[in-house]
Amino acid sequence: MLVIKDLVASIEGLKILKGVSLEVKAGEVHAIMGPNGSGKSTLASILAGRDLFSVDSGSIMYNGENLLDKSPEERAKEGLFLGFQYPIEIPGVSMVNFMKTAINEMRKHRGEKPLSASEFLKKMREKKELVEIDSSLTNRSVNEGFSGGEKKKNEIFQMAMLEPKLAILDETDSGLDIDALKVVARGVNNLKSPDSATIVITHYQRLLDYIVPDFVHILYRGRIVRSGGKELAVLLEEKGYELIRQGEVNL
Amino acid sequence: MSTIAEKKSLTDQFLNLYRDRADEISANSAPLLNTHRDFAVKRLGQLGFPVKGSEEYRYADIESVFRNDLEKQFGENKVSIDIRDIFHCDVPDLDTNLLLLVNGRYYNDGQLIKELPGGIIAGSLAEASRKYPDIIEKHYNNYAIGSKDGLVALNTAFAQDGIFIYVPKGVKVEKPVQVVNIMISDNDLMAQHRNLFIAEKDSEMKIVVCDHSLSAQRFLTNSVNEVYTAEGAQVSLTRIQNEHNGSAQITHSFSHQETRSRLSASTISLHGGFIRNNLFVTLNGEHAENQSTGLYLSDKGQYIDNFVHIDHASANCFSNQLYKGVLDDYASGSFTGRILVRRDAQKTNAYQSNNNILLTDDAKMYSHPQLEIYADDVKCSHGSTMGQLDESALFYLRSRGINHRESRLLLMFAFAHEVIQNIKVPALQERIDDLVNKRLRGELSRCNNCAMQCG
Ligand SMILES: Nc1ncnc2c1ncn2[C@@H]1O[C@H](COP(=O)(O)OP(=O)(O)O)[C@@H](O)[C@H]1O
Ligand SMILES: [Mg+2]
Repeated sequence: MLVIKDLVASIEGLKILKGVSLEVKAGEVHAIMGPNGSGKSTLASILAGRDLFSVDSGSIMYNGENLLDKSPEERAKEGLFLGFQYPIEIPGVSMVNFMKTAINEMRKHRGEKPLSASEFLKKMREKKELVEIDSSLTNRSVNEGFSGGEKKKNEIFQMAMLEPKLAILDETDSGLDIDALKVVARGVNNLKSPDSATIVITHYQRLLDYIVPDFVHILYRGRIVRSGGKELAVLLEEKGYELIRQGEVNL
Repeated sequence: MSTIAEKKSLTDQFLNLYRDRADEISANSAPLLNTHRDFAVKRLGQLGFPVKGSEEYRYADIESVFRNDLEKQFGENKVSIDIRDIFHCDVPDLDTNLLLLVNGRYYNDGQLIKELPGGIIAGSLAEASRKYPDIIEKHYNNYAIGSKDGLVALNTAFAQDGIFIYVPKGVKVEKPVQVVNIMISDNDLMAQHRNLFIAEKDSEMKIVVCDHSLSAQRFLTNSVNEVYTAEGAQVSLTRIQNEHNGSAQITHSFSHQETRSRLSASTISLHGGFIRNNLFVTLNGEHAENQSTGLYLSDKGQYIDNFVHIDHASANCFSNQLYKGVLDDYASGSFTGRILVRRDAQKTNAYQSNNNILLTDDAKMYSHPQLEIYADDVKCSHGSTMGQLDESALFYLRSRGINHRESRLLLMFAFAHEVIQNIKVPALQERIDDLVNKRLRGELSRCNNCAMQCG
């Protein structure tokens, strides 16, 4: 589904990713962990198509096509979803209008008719229940005045609405209490199917109690320094990142 | 040619025009309006036309819009329009009382002045001056006369008619009065109408003015609006400017507010080749509140210029200016917001903000806050921004599958909506939302293709 090869990327001449390779197959859940500043969000942004970063070398293939050739909206229409670490507030754009526009653009792309007003509202209601998002939030402007936790839930809500094939969640768990964490996990697990995949970027092992990853990768200073099964997350939790740092020095 | 020579020649041109046609002008107007002409002509001679680069008209090239060889008509309208076409207003939610101005003259649909349901009296200003001389004498030219702008004197010298709207003491009318101001002619034409809106003590009214051009000729309008808001009165005034690129519009609005009055004025400039709006507000009684907002959407070579002057002449008053605009292509514009707080106007609250989005490198906007504060216990703030659309917001929208163009439109619309939401007539708010949306999408290409559907 997703094949990243030797990705080198920089911002303003500063190298952030220094050769990242990763393969994600349909049906899999991958976790990317690593200390702050490792380049996790950079990788996620590049996958979603943010042009702030320049890709210096390497390649990203998505469903056999060059992902880097595509605009952010094309990627989204082809099923890629990024849950932002820092969701953007957009005053004046209502959640309802935002979601309706997004869903109908995607439907158009798939050759489907736009949802009727009642179909749309029904879908909104269902997904709101699933992610236990406060009903009044969807009557407001996108993320405007939302608390940190509400913004994260709103990302999961949008993911549930858009039903992506490849979801990349960038620290959606940060700053959430256990209940909210379970909501995030439910959103992800609900979407799980043999033809979809998820990449969860996280700082903490605790999310992985609810979303069980098939693979865990540790990104450190722009490189994946270790990959393994879910036991790697446990090891990391026990020994801390310090171990990785020491390990990396010895590499 | 030097500026002085040009200024003189344009002024002379109109002084001569007045001399030649004074009889015709007066004969087709009303005695009370005529009594102001001689003084206004003298004043025009003294003041001359505004010169580009002067303090009030830094960027607006007034002379260039007057240069065109435009017909001036002082008699009856020569165009024949079908009243049913014009008055056919099929906007379902916008239930208004309609009045029509054609080329600056009141369109007589059988009654020159009438009492509208709810108790508002409205109609031709010239006719009102015959029927209600006391009211007109008290207010006509009372607020505009002090102006140092030669264009205001020009209007007073030549204006023959316009709209008169009067809401008596204590009368509160929910249903808006809609003035449709149409330019339509077989020749390039200049018109100068004059409106007078009066809200007596503790009354309430809502007025919507729509400026349209209905034929492709070059038009120039130089109009004056006087608005009197008596003690405790509440007035909402919305102006929608939607003329074609070959049209130039200069408006001068003088609002006089007494104690505890509230006036909220929105100017929505959707389209027009050259627009200059002068807005003068005098807060003449304590606890008066003024809300002046504007939205402008300009593209191609359009020029948009808003000049706002709020005079806090009494203590404890509130004013807020919010002007926002989107400029595309090589459009240009200017905003000047003046706040004058006089020595005795203690506990004044006065705010101003002007935010602009420039979509191209060629679009230009100048923003000048001017604060003159002579009282010491005041709260004043101003802010101005020039920028592009927020890239991170744009990316967020696009990352959800909304294409680039649509994402930009959503953001521009959100930007504009902040102004629109100040319009206190819900149905009108929706209408304007719709118009702005169409305008931003480029679907409002014909000026008369307006969702107001009045013409
Ligand atoms: N917009 C930016 N401008 C400059 N440097 C940036 C920008 N975004 C990220 N960086 C830098 O890139 C590195 C990786 O950041 P990031 O991808 O956000 O890390 P992580 O998500 O793993 O915490 C950091 O050193 C950060 O300072
Ligand atoms: Mg990050």
